[in-house]
Amino acid sequence: MGKPRSAARLCAMASAWALLAPGALHAQTAGMVEEKLPPPTGLAPYFTPATADPIAPDADGFLRRWLLLEPVVKPNRTNTGFTPSYVREALAPATYPGKFEAVPREGDSAAAGLRWHALDSSLFDMKLFYLAQGLGKPTYGVIFWAVTVVNAPREMRGVRLAMGSNSASRWWLNGSEVAGLYGDRRMVMDDVLSRPITLRKGRNVLRGAVINGPGLSDFCARFVDEAGKPIRDITIDVK
Amino acid sequence: MKIAALPLAALFLLAQPQVASAQLAGEPFIHDPSTITYSDGRWWTFGTRGGGLVSEDGWTWRSGGERPGGGVAPDVIKIGDRYYVAYAVGGGGMNGGHASNVKIMWTKSLDPKSPDFGFHDVGIVASTNGLEPADAIDPAFLLAEGRLWLSYGTYYGYIRMLELDPKTGDKMPGSQPVDVAIDMEATALLHRDGWYYLLGTHGTCCDGPNSSYNIRVGRARSPTGPFVDNMGVPLLKGGGKLVVAGRGRQYGPGHFGLLDLGDGVEKFSMHYESDLDRGGRSVLGILPLLWKDGWPVAGENLPAGTYEIQSERGGGALELAVDFVRIPFDVRRSFFAKPGDSTGPIPNQTLAENRASWPAGAIEVDLGDYMIRAHQQWAIAPAEGSGGAFGAPYYKILIAGTERALAVGPEGSVEAVPAFTGAPEQLWRIDQLTDGTYRIQPKAQADAKHPRALVAIGRSTPALMPFDPASDAGRWTFQRP
Repeated sequence: MGKPRSAARLCAMASAWALLAPGALHAQTAGMVEEKLPPPTGLAPYFTPATADPIAPDADGFLRRWLLLEPVVKPNRTNTGFTPSYVREALAPATYPGKFEAVPREGDSAAAGLRWHALDSSLFDMKLFYLAQGLGKPTYGVIFWAVTVVNAPREMRGVRLAMGSNSASRWWLNGSEVAGLYGDRRMVMDDVLSRPITLRKGRNVLRGAVINGPGLSDFCARFVDEAGKPIRDITIDVK
Repeated sequence: MKIAALPLAALFLLAQPQVASAQLAGEPFIHDPSTITYSDGRWWTFGTRGGGLVSEDGWTWRSGGERPGGGVAPDVIKIGDRYYVAYAVGGGGMNGGHASNVKIMWTKSLDPKSPDFGFHDVGIVASTNGLEPADAIDPAFLLAEGRLWLSYGTYYGYIRMLELDPKTGDKMPGSQPVDVAIDMEATALLHRDGWYYLLGTHGTCCDGPNSSYNIRVGRARSPTGPFVDNMGVPLLKGGGKLVVAGRGRQYGPGHFGLLDLGDGVEKFSMHYESDLDRGGRSVLGILPLLWKDGWPVAGENLPAGTYEIQSERGGGALELAVDFVRIPFDVRRSFFAKPGDSTGPIPNQTLAENRASWPAGAIEVDLGDYMIRAHQQWAIAPAEGSGGAFGAPYYKILIAGTERALAVGPEGSVEAVPAFTGAPEQLWRIDQLTDGTYRIQPKAQADAKHPRALVAIGRSTPALMPFDPASDAGRWTFQRP
């Protein structure tokens, strides 16, 4: 169910006022301005620390274990500016706060004192907004980097990475870009599918970044076969 | 056939065919075409008089079929390795001449050059004596639920249904003709979802563009009726729901024949009494067949025009994957304006404004929310001289106002290339499906036995993949821009 129509309209008008009156933006776009962040609310119920052993994808093939970096502040007062050109520049390997090829470890520090967190999601998607809120970090106008390791029992040809993200994002498998989601996107499973790609036997590193202005932020990822069926005979880890 | 009061010779003193037609290519001249049937790598249909048409692609038709036995208005059905042919000898007169026989023959090939081609007479299965209210012509087969049925008759009295033996093509012992409709001719039968459909032609034939022929339908749970139309009017009392009437330059459709291509694509053949683009001659026609609320109705080939191509999967618009270009606009004008502020029109974004962000080479194509932008609007038209398939021409699909053409891209992707060349990778077959949506396939196919179609494999990702009739992923609609 959506909001009552009148409430939705009031909300829209408030958003419009926020856009028009810079002085009213503070509560809307943390990350754009100096503001006192609310206290951390904790990672429950959406995240738990990654366990020691690798895990399988869930029943639908979603990858629920990721290393997530605390949000990088990147002010954007609207998501409509997330054109391919802008996003390719904002989410480029050169902007990665660390060594792009490396897999960080739980608790590692990156540039600007940001920390990596190895987490399992209780849901099919990774709720980035609630990661930030749970840690007491900026929730709006931010970039989230994410890394996971996919272990394949054999070489898998012709698979596709199926992504959904809110808002725009870019994804690399073993260093090669395989998917880009541009524009003011809401998250929907299987929104963008990569070209047919190959999962190597053994270890594969999947890396991505999500950029968001106002609104909630999350992503979901799975691999599908040539028929669009989820691939489940893989394991996921963060090392 | 219900012959108009014209000198018969006048029927054949028609003008020479013209070059262009909105319908099929070649010389598709025929009257009373039989159900289009595949044999020896080609498609065949036979008409009144001995000859018929043959085609390799269902688009370009040439004279070439031969049908032993003579007579009029045949039908063909393949059962096992035999093609059974029903045809009428006698009858069909406007003033008398209704003593007639329906005869059956079989052959193992429809290709007269095949060693399997031959005339094997089964014999007479139905007769009328010229006095009774029926005319034993215009037969039509239906094999359903393991039983073989034959309808026949004209406007002269009753349409009758008779059971045949599917093992021999002969009349089933003990079977008696059952009256199922009146004032109809050129019948055809369908079976779908537990319903039997009796289609037939109303109106007057054989009078060129003044023929009032149109195809009607009723349905019943039993092949012997009672058939009623959508208003419950029995076909025995003159009922019949409209399936197709003449349109454009083609007049007087009659003599329905189902062409089930599989994967949710059904088409039907007919003849038009008069194609004004071909000197008014009687020609073969093929149109998509749609099903709405349990009733068959004619669809249409996509008319040339400018469209949004919308995915049935997620509602996304097929578009160039380029940077979004904003329309300069102060949002306060949207809902903070005062009474008396300007309400004058604001132009849409132009192609020139939109294309400022496009790269020069091939551009990937994806699916996005429709924003009434030039990079989402496609000019679609038949590609002249490029042929077609099963009643529909191959189309070119260009970004409107440009030469940028939708094309097969690398690794099963689709892209828009800077210029249309007419290459098979840039020609598209657009078939309307039974639900009214469309399937879109490139002419270029690496594996003809497993053709690829445009499929939304993700909400925002199109690719060329096998078409799955059970899914909306490969279904598209064409929306006014």
